[in-house]
Amino acid sequence: MKITRKDFLRLSGLSLLALAGGKAVRAVTDLAGASATAVAGSAKTVRWGMVIDLGKWRGQGTDKCIKACDAAHNIPQIPDPAREVKWIWEQPFETVFPSEQTDYTRQTYAGRPIPVMCNHCADPACVRVCPTGATWKREDGIVMMDWHRCIGCKYCVVACPYGARSFNFSDPVPYIAQVTPEFPTRSKGVVEKCNFCAERLAQGKQPVCVEACPDKSMIFGNLADPNSEIRQVLGSRFSIRRKPELGTQPNVFYIV
Amino acid sequence: MRERVLIFGGLAVFLILFTYPLWHAAALGTQAKQPQLQLPAQAKECVAPLPYMRAAHMRLLIEWRENAVRQGVRQIHAANGKSYDASLTRTCLGECHTNKAEFCDRCHTYAGVSALYCWDCHNKPQLVAARRTP
Amino acid sequence: MFMFEKALVGGRKYWIWIGILLALIFLGSLAYLRQATVGLVVTGLSHDVVWGLYISQFVFFIGLGASAVVVVLPYYLHDWKAFGKTTMMGEILGMCSVIVAMLFIFVSMGQPQRVLNVLLYPHPNSLIFWDLTVLSGYVLLNAVITVTLLGARHEGVPPPKWIKPVIMLSIPWAISIHTVTAFILSGLAARPFWLTPIMAPRFLVSAFSSGPALLIILILILRRLKVFDAGLEAVKKLALIVTYCMVINVFFVLMEVFTIFYSQIPSHKEHFEYLFFGLDGNYQLVPLMWLSVLLSLAALTLLLVPRWRTDTRLLTWACVLVFISLWLDKGFALLIGGFVPSPLGVVARYTPTLNEWTVAAGIWATGALMITVLYKIMLSIQEEQ
Repeated sequence: MKITRKDFLRLSGLSLLALAGGKAVRAVTDLAGASATAVAGSAKTVRWGMVIDLGKWRGQGTDKCIKACDAAHNIPQIPDPAREVKWIWEQPFETVFPSEQTDYTRQTYAGRPIPVMCNHCADPACVRVCPTGATWKREDGIVMMDWHRCIGCKYCVVACPYGARSFNFSDPVPYIAQVTPEFPTRSKGVVEKCNFCAERLAQGKQPVCVEACPDKSMIFGNLADPNSEIRQVLGSRFSIRRKPELGTQPNVFYIV
Repeated sequence: MRERVLIFGGLAVFLILFTYPLWHAAALGTQAKQPQLQLPAQAKECVAPLPYMRAAHMRLLIEWRENAVRQGVRQIHAANGKSYDASLTRTCLGECHTNKAEFCDRCHTYAGVSALYCWDCHNKPQLVAARRTP
Repeated sequence: MFMFEKALVGGRKYWIWIGILLALIFLGSLAYLRQATVGLVVTGLSHDVVWGLYISQFVFFIGLGASAVVVVLPYYLHDWKAFGKTTMMGEILGMCSVIVAMLFIFVSMGQPQRVLNVLLYPHPNSLIFWDLTVLSGYVLLNAVITVTLLGARHEGVPPPKWIKPVIMLSIPWAISIHTVTAFILSGLAARPFWLTPIMAPRFLVSAFSSGPALLIILILILRRLKVFDAGLEAVKKLALIVTYCMVINVFFVLMEVFTIFYSQIPSHKEHFEYLFFGLDGNYQLVPLMWLSVLLSLAALTLLLVPRWRTDTRLLTWACVLVFISLWLDKGFALLIGGFVPSPLGVVARYTPTLNEWTVAAGIWATGALMITVLYKIMLSIQEEQ
């Protein structure tokens, strides 16, 4: 059977396309993990949330809570503030609640350091924009990071209304004084943020910052359980969240 | 006539140079020896049969990782019937293969596997010290 | 089929030009190698300004991709015979611009070797997924069109019938690349500067200004070198398109100014204030913004007077002014303005480093090389006729 070179090339090209097409179809139909994934062993509904009592928080964060997180998660201490990586840190009140400024409240809270972190929103913008699913929302409410899949496009950093995400501009390991081997460090070129200590929650422990914080200024618990401590607190005290008008539904509440 | 000598001579030189990797080490007796692995002292059995681990331990690591990170399933039943906490640093490197140089590196160096970036993040203290900038 | 041997024949000036481009590409590769090894710390990017020169060039070059549809639509849909000799030039320019844009995305990534994750784990909720899809599709479409048409002309036969629907498909597809790129920015609640429905229309009109402006410049260059004459009729019509679209572009910007300054909403206002008047002692972009305004007004003056618009020398100047003005506007204004001030109120400074500029120069040179080679092939085939 005689076949011209043109026809042979055409046939090979079409076969390659068919092969690639098959793979593409399979990749799209294997999209099972795209939406919220199940957490094994969770019989009842869990929605993790946090309440921070601003009345009790007197700027001791840098001493205990923040340092505990930094140590437990190998957060690099980068001297250049333009390149810093932070999971939990303090910001002046005016920048955390920009719409709450009036001429009357300024004296009470003006300049006061407020602890901020990823809010693990119920409808996170960062998850919506991630092209690879490197960040996704678990069924228990935690917005997770997968540092193997992250391509470092930084779209999630752009989409986060709270500035909660940090990009690794260089290898972070040289900036870690004492590496905690139990938790991986990250590499350059990926984005990271607070993970609500998912690895500790899996062992039934509380997040490191909550444990380290004195005076119970941080309360962590299951928002879906009406009898939990966090629900009692939220039901009895007035609380605010950051930028609620954006529709992200943050799960970190602040008692003022 | 002269061309024939040049042509065949050239072909012979080419063949010798082309097969250099095959005969050089054997002729000089400098072949790399089969890697001798320092097996872990603590654990007596591997999580999966040896032939599988030798050929596909990377696939096992990826499967365990996907389960732990993306599905939240951290207790994994291995092929040997036991259940393990899926943590590269705490379980695999912490309980069994504690010495990277005497276990992991032996085969990887022999096989010329150089694109490994696992240890960029899953650190052990001795590796961390080596990466500190002066 | 690709006839690259035609690009290997050229005079002294041709080879000097190719040499300069290759040198720039080489330097750019070295700079990128440094960035890939050390990390994006070699750029001027920071915690608050995570997208800078690279993404701004991506956005701008997507706009230049309109240089194809601006001649293809009138010629194929409405039989504007005057554009007959410009369609091939436009399609090549548009395709190369989109490739350059995609290269800029690649160099901005922290883990570029994982870029295939976007296809292996597709997430249609992300606009980057759709951007990759429509951009790749557009490059493929234009590549097929260019190769088929040039091949047919080379063989001296009419092009195959199936190419017509492919060319027709490239028209709405071209509109989609600007729309999707705008959507990357305009759906983010966190960035009030970009959260406006007029973002996609602005992208389209500025694309239809900058794209044909560059096409006019290239047509006039080829005329000057006496290697190809696409026709002054085509140049006049393209100039008209640039004029109208520049007017609409300025109008759209004024629409933004009205809404923002009449409503006085701080989170929207502060970005414009930063760009045009400075904020918290940071005046980095103020001179560039006013320069952009000045250049666009100067360009419009030259374009709106018919006598000046039809003078090829003045028209060249007008197109250069349009190009630079939009480069400043769509590049620095649009992108950096979205990041300053940050969601936490930080008025960050951003200055691209020499490393960044070198990588960018390498990518620009890559685009210029692609256009040069393809134009050379196109012109050689033209000469055969």
